[in-house]
Amino acid sequence: MRGASSAPTGRIPVALALPAAAGLTFLVLPLVGLLTRTPWSDLPARLAAPGVLDALRLSLGTATAATVVSVILGVPLAWLLARSSFPGRRVVRALVTLPLVLPPVVGGVALLLVFGRRGLLGGWLENAFGVTVPFSTTAVVLAEAFVAMPFLVISVEGALRAADARYEEAAATLGATPWTAFRRITLPLVLPGLAAGTVLCWARALGEFGATITFAGNFPGRTQTMPLAVYLALESDPAAAIVLSLLLLVVSVAILAGLRERWMSVP
Amino acid sequence: MTLLDAHLVASLGAFRLDVALTADAGEVVALLGPNGAGKTTALRVLAGLHPIAGGHIRLGGTPIEGAPPHARRIGVVFQDYLLFPHLTALDNVAFGPRCQGIRRAEARRRAGDWLARMGLADSARAKPRQLSGGQAQRVALARALAPQPTLLLLDEPLAALDARTRLDTRAHLRRHLAGHPGVTILVTHDPVDAMILADRIVIVEQGRVVQTGDAATVTRQPRTDYVARLVGLNLYRGHGAGHAVALTGGLTLTTADVVDGQAFVAFPPSAVALHPHAPTGSPRNTWPATVDGVERHGDHIRVHLTGPVETAADITPAAAADLDLALGRQLWAAVKAAETRAYPASG
Repeated sequence: MRGASSAPTGRIPVALALPAAAGLTFLVLPLVGLLTRTPWSDLPARLAAPGVLDALRLSLGTATAATVVSVILGVPLAWLLARSSFPGRRVVRALVTLPLVLPPVVGGVALLLVFGRRGLLGGWLENAFGVTVPFSTTAVVLAEAFVAMPFLVISVEGALRAADARYEEAAATLGATPWTAFRRITLPLVLPGLAAGTVLCWARALGEFGATITFAGNFPGRTQTMPLAVYLALESDPAAAIVLSLLLLVVSVAILAGLRERWMSVP
Repeated sequence: MTLLDAHLVASLGAFRLDVALTADAGEVVALLGPNGAGKTTALRVLAGLHPIAGGHIRLGGTPIEGAPPHARRIGVVFQDYLLFPHLTALDNVAFGPRCQGIRRAEARRRAGDWLARMGLADSARAKPRQLSGGQAQRVALARALAPQPTLLLLDEPLAALDARTRLDTRAHLRRHLAGHPGVTILVTHDPVDAMILADRIVIVEQGRVVQTGDAATVTRQPRTDYVARLVGLNLYRGHGAGHAVALTGGLTLTTADVVDGQAFVAFPPSAVALHPHAPTGSPRNTWPATVDGVERHGDHIRVHLTGPVETAADITPAAAADLDLALGRQLWAAVKAAETRAYPASG
């Protein structure tokens, strides 16, 4: 007798095959459209156009910075949600996932209300340190981190819940302080989940548009990331928008493939 | 010298544990009891992994009940070992010394020594999933011993092994536990493990200590039904007066031992003879009994009997054939006084 989960016997149910094919087509067709409309002949010239590389560099830099911020703040947050029990933990978890369901533009407005000149923190930051956050590269990083961090927290929290907490007990009986146990046992055990969360977080940050344009504006070289550049180009020069989109697509796929090779491979 | 002096009070849901435990340096004490008796909870309280609700734990005179597990100078071998899956056997064993602040190279050298002592020098680079059950058990023991704990705790150390590996590992474990200078507390539900590995057996039932003693005492003079079943004895409680013990079931047994007051009477199933009719002659202890169950037990037949007392009797297959052992069949059971053992119920 064969188990239900054993190798398929060759027949895929039509009820699954048809929607699956339709789903695949739906996901791939826009990419095909992008490729067929790409002006291949003057592609090199358009890539060399001023501002293109700047936007790409800014996008990669801010997405990476936002991911670093998310890892530094998000991993401890995930640990707190997974391992400790405190009153209101359910509320905290709901708050952490809020940016997932919030329209990014609303997130951008909310960030303005905090860091803007008359915001909760903005006035104090400007008076005490002379720092103005909105419409700066820092604002791009903050907007991206706000939108992308929940992906990391959820992913790492899931990995922590799946990891056996008794390994931490075993480490404690061997003389490990809670911090040592976290660093040397827990963190390595959840590394696949952390890697997946980091990639998701980075990808979301790279594609961020709504919160960025609201909170950071659209200044070339300073806050104009690739998605913003694509949107702007679409109004004046659709061919340029296609080239920018293609570039963003190729770079993200290349980086994700590289990371997958390096981190996501199951030993 | 008493190295461990503990009175463990803890609760787990509705269950309440209240166990006093002392042990000398070098002593191996087994906590033996049925599942759910609270043995593992007692171990976790000693390790600091379960909160203590009352009592005390003194290790070498120092109270440690308030200390976190990492400050207790303990070593634990968990039932399923909990070897860190991402570390090699060597780094698992080196983990404890590393936590004591010993440099990596020195910690690894010590870990290598421990693995060699366990006969596992070749498996140093293996990850836990590449180890067999017996090897994993030895790595877990080496890991627990490497930080040189004062108190070594083992939770059902042989339960996860198959029968063959169990035999080898038990002998191996015995050698290493004998060499441990601190106190070893071993939790098990297997009387054979307890008798072979431990110097002293503490029997725990429903969160309480019901009997303490060396293997010989516990096997000869069980004090509860659980212990009697474990060691394969019929056990009855009654009131003794000289050579006679009046059992609670109404039957009075004549015993070789003299006992007065509340007393236990114990005899092995092989001492029970079965007769189709009331026997006449030497054995004075006879009573009517009804066959309640029959099962094969090695090279003999075990017969469960009801009557004034519940009794297990072991008889040969030939005798069983003569008796026609149908369920509900009326027989007579007989035990010679010389084969019984009677001892006071108190103390």
